[in-house]
Amino acid sequence: MENKEKKGILHWMRLLFGSPVGAVGFITLLLVILASLFAGQLSPYDSAKQNLLDKLMPPAWCEDGTMAHLLGTDSLGRDVLTRCLYGARISLVVGVCSVAVAGAIGTVLGLLSGYYGGWVDSLIMRIADAFHAIPRILLAMVVLFVMGPSVFTLIMVIGVTNWVTYARMIRSEVLTIKEKEYIKASRTIGAADWEIILRHVLPNVAAQFIVVSTISVASSIIIEATMSFLGLGIQPPTVSWGVMLADGRNYLATNWWVCTFPGVAITVTVMGIMFLGNWLRDVLDPRNQGIR
Amino acid sequence: MGRYIGKRILQIIPVLFIISFIVFFLVRLSGDPVNTMLPPEATPADRAEMRTALGLDKPLLEQYGIFLNDVAHGRFGTSLRYGQEATEVVLEKLPATLQLASISLVVSTILGIVLGVICARAKDTAFDILFSSLSVVGQAMPSFWIGIMLILLFGVNLKWLPVSGPGTWKNLVMPVATLSIVTSAQVIPLVRSSMLEIMHEDYIRTARSKGLKERLVIYKHAFKNALIPVVTIMALQVPGLIGGSLITETVFSWPGLGQLMVQCINGKDMCVVQACVVFISLITIVANLAADIIYALIDPRIRY
Repeated sequence: MENKEKKGILHWMRLLFGSPVGAVGFITLLLVILASLFAGQLSPYDSAKQNLLDKLMPPAWCEDGTMAHLLGTDSLGRDVLTRCLYGARISLVVGVCSVAVAGAIGTVLGLLSGYYGGWVDSLIMRIADAFHAIPRILLAMVVLFVMGPSVFTLIMVIGVTNWVTYARMIRSEVLTIKEKEYIKASRTIGAADWEIILRHVLPNVAAQFIVVSTISVASSIIIEATMSFLGLGIQPPTVSWGVMLADGRNYLATNWWVCTFPGVAITVTVMGIMFLGNWLRDVLDPRNQGIR
Repeated sequence: MGRYIGKRILQIIPVLFIISFIVFFLVRLSGDPVNTMLPPEATPADRAEMRTALGLDKPLLEQYGIFLNDVAHGRFGTSLRYGQEATEVVLEKLPATLQLASISLVVSTILGIVLGVICARAKDTAFDILFSSLSVVGQAMPSFWIGIMLILLFGVNLKWLPVSGPGTWKNLVMPVATLSIVTSAQVIPLVRSSMLEIMHEDYIRTARSKGLKERLVIYKHAFKNALIPVVTIMALQVPGLIGGSLITETVFSWPGLGQLMVQCINGKDMCVVQACVVFISLITIVANLAADIIYALIDPRIRY
């Protein structure tokens, strides 16, 4: 058993490193996770400690830059690189947790909708249409404004604005397999609804679920950054890439580095996740082979 | 055809109800409006009087009914900030947002289709790899950061374009570029893959084997069929595009709904925020409806 599992991991590793997209995505994401975990060990600076004597220092390779602050400092003398490392924490946490929220809500509603049909289905699908008609960013802005900004609210809001994708995906899967012979057979032998759902429905959507979730983490990180940039998400002194960009924007004309590097951090992280997602889609969905 | 359109329009009604429900309860969740409207030193009697005046003492369902009636008549209440009916405030700012979003939609449709088709045609060449990777980069960048970087490059360093506000066509270049980069980055891979999928179809093989020129195969057979998913793809971009323009406006101080929203959120001007949500949702719904109708027009199989 153990041997078989080992072989499984080896097989996946071989697949992963056999594809440049998968390998680049995986390594990038791994580096970002490590950087966020070991930010305290990697940097000698405190992410929140101000040092007005060293404020707005340019990156090391520029004139007046020092090796002490590789990517320069911001308007309060805080090290930009250190803050970029710490910023990865909140982005990853919000990204992953909000997708978990979206996945949970979407799965439950999608199952209810597809499995029971009738007015339950109509109601849930019209609610889905309504959520689809309101731009995610707009809804997130309004809810954060109403509920007040906090990490918990942010996670819930980003999750709640994203359940529709999951609900539609699960519903259509349920509808396709509901009429299959083996479902009728298991019902005949007295299997309960939840048993059918657990044994037959969920395994069928697992692959698609993983792919959608990966891509959703990427888009959730962007929404988190956007909300924090607008002042509706993460609040200082917590470090977030969006907050750093909002600060740096005021120094755009004179100090380009303050709002360049946090954006690079977002782009690199999101790209890593998307590469991984694209690779997963190619590997998990046999229909894509030959097309890509 | 008429029946199909009628059916689609009827489907909108429940959606509108649900949106009004969401908007109504969001406000109720935001706490007692009396607290924001009256100074903290107001007496309980003043508060009670204000509640009656606002109809807040009525049952919740009745309040919702009154709200629905008001919304249907375009009344969202008077803006605290502008001292004007919220609908008027929103309608004043709406054209600027529509201008930005529609120009960006046109630009990104053209860019997305042209580059997507070329990528599919030239699959695995340097061009394809370059633009396919660029589209991943474009999707990975937050729109507001693209805006900031454009300002840094073309506004601050090169001084080619004005960095903010309305004005001449030059002021439109950077906001439109920001939105178009984000949108076409999403469209290019979708067009590419739908084109590639169609190139695998039997009728393409037939067209080729009967000796048709490759150009004709692409434009007469493949492209026309690839257009069908493209219409859906573009319609799906509309909510994102409008959401994106809300953010882009705040970066470029473009006087549209996005800037208005952020100002009113900061100023706790709830009725304008409500009106914005309702109007923006309406635009999205209409855009989706239009896409469905176009869809039915170009693909007769849809008219069930």
